Amino acid sequence: MSDVLVKSVADKYAELIKQKENEDGSELSILNLGPTHPATHGIFQNVLLMDGERIVEAESTIGYIHRAFEKIAENRPFYQITPLTDRMNYCSSPINNMGWWMTVEKLLKIEVPQRAQYIRVIMMELARIADHLVCNSILAVDAGAFTGFLYVFQYREKIYEIYEELCGSRLTTNMGRIGGLERDLSDTGFRKLKAFLKEFPAAFKEFEDLVSRNRIFMDRCIDVGAISAEKAIAYGFTGPNLRAAGVDYDIRISNPYSSYQDFEFDIPVGKSGDTYDRYCVRNSEIWESVRIIQQAFDKMPKGPYHADVPDYYLPPKEEVYNNMEALIYHFKIVMGEIPVPKGEVYHSVEGGNGELGFYLISDGSRVPYRLHFRRPCFIYYQAFAEMVKGHLLSDAIVMLSSMNVIAGELDS
Amino acid sequence: MALANEIILQKIQEKFGESVKNFTEPYGLITFEVDKSKVIDLLQFMRDDETLRFNFLTTLCGVHYPDNEIESQFAVVYHMHNWMDNVRVRFKTYLNGENPEVESATNVFLTANWMERETYDFYGIIFKGHPDLRRILNMDEMVSFPMRREFPLEDGGRTDKDDRYFGRLPNNENLN
Repeated sequence: MSDVLVKSVADKYAELIKQKENEDGSELSILNLGPTHPATHGIFQNVLLMDGERIVEAESTIGYIHRAFEKIAENRPFYQITPLTDRMNYCSSPINNMGWWMTVEKLLKIEVPQRAQYIRVIMMELARIADHLVCNSILAVDAGAFTGFLYVFQYREKIYEIYEELCGSRLTTNMGRIGGLERDLSDTGFRKLKAFLKEFPAAFKEFEDLVSRNRIFMDRCIDVGAISAEKAIAYGFTGPNLRAAGVDYDIRISNPYSSYQDFEFDIPVGKSGDTYDRYCVRNSEIWESVRIIQQAFDKMPKGPYHADVPDYYLPPKEEVYNNMEALIYHFKIVMGEIPVPKGEVYHSVEGGNGELGFYLISDGSRVPYRLHFRRPCFIYYQAFAEMVKGHLLSDAIVMLSSMNVIAGELDS
Repeated sequence: MALANEIILQKIQEKFGESVKNFTEPYGLITFEVDKSKVIDLLQFMRDDETLRFNFLTTLCGVHYPDNEIESQFAVVYHMHNWMDNVRVRFKTYLNGENPEVESATNVFLTANWMERETYDFYGIIFKGHPDLRRILNMDEMVSFPMRREFPLEDGGRTDKDDRYFGRLPNNENLN
């Protein structure tokens, strides 16, 4: 038995193996899937008790890339916490960033101008598309279809180029500021966005045509890893995984933030909560996101791209270099010397994987007293061990992909 | 909104009387404190009551208040959400600083399982009746509970980061 195995689990399984052998002579074995395995995208370890190729028991061990974000956040001014949120769900970091800014804005009671809200919506929906694209195309790869992945992946690249126009970075975006955005989306940005809206639907349609009704793909996905709505709610599922089970819970509708109430869109739901439904829900959500972006693009209001809050919003660079007061404010804001009220807020946004919540306790000092991240992956991954029971090993891989568990968000 | 905050307050107060206190509504979210012996009853009641219908446990997390009295040095914070009427609620329960123990919510909400393991892992709060209370993100051999505030993130001996040099106060609420 390898020493990577978690000892407590190994001991428990050793007993089970002996017991089973005495009962009916069956020969069970332990399989250590992960922590690094080419078929699991990220660092996941599952210790599986196998009967041939069928999983009898499973135990998920997590924490291999735990980076103590909640502890670090207790020691950083608000502006230095965004880079931490990036690194949670790194497939859709703008959503995490915006969620964090909105939490701070809620605490400080700052009203964000409409234009900034619309650009935020565009960025968040682009992030959702990128997130779902990765998930679904990788799911197809795990089921054996490599081509579709290559077809759509260049559009993730194009989304990253649009991020670059707004914030200068691609994967870990650190996008936005308290009260709005760091800069207006440039003309190039709008041009790229327009091109994306024009080209992407055709390419994505092609992907769907390739994969969705593919006989082999359907056989691999349908009735694999189904979870009932009741069970999903009890396990704290949110986001596409919950909607695949037929519950139309979406924070963009139930608690609209950042002007989501201005847009017309549907909430796709599945029925059985299996892998295929999760795949279909994500696909439909991509179409809805395209719809939202198109509306935001068409209705884009004119006006400022950040709120007039000099206490919290960094002054423009020319001012900082030429003006004493601006330099002082710049320094104060960067060092976290900003007036913050005492209070507790909870704010949640619809992340790529579900309800991404920020629970912030502020004691009036420059750093949060406590910041808790409600990470959807962490909460629904606990159901995985139960869901794989009785399935084949290869199905477990497909289920893991379809749940879109992101190691960064899981371990925080 | 179908379910007004007043009705929730009234319902809870009727049922739990003295065990719930300090009702406030910061940023529109009902917040209150509950006695630690009543936490599980409260969760169960909130979920099963026909008017309240708080069907979803959104989060559960720990907080450490080392400056409080010994009886209330730890807190466990629960956020619940009623999806039908779209109302959220938050409640806290304070625990003893030397012996933080509270009943586990795993029998009411399956999802509490890992959340409680995480809280145990970082704060050392014992959830009685939890089926499998082990560390989850940290390694099993670890002996300390790292989110407790006595563990500084950085080396406390650093002199270049003395707050006084920056004119910082522990409370800069009124700073401007």
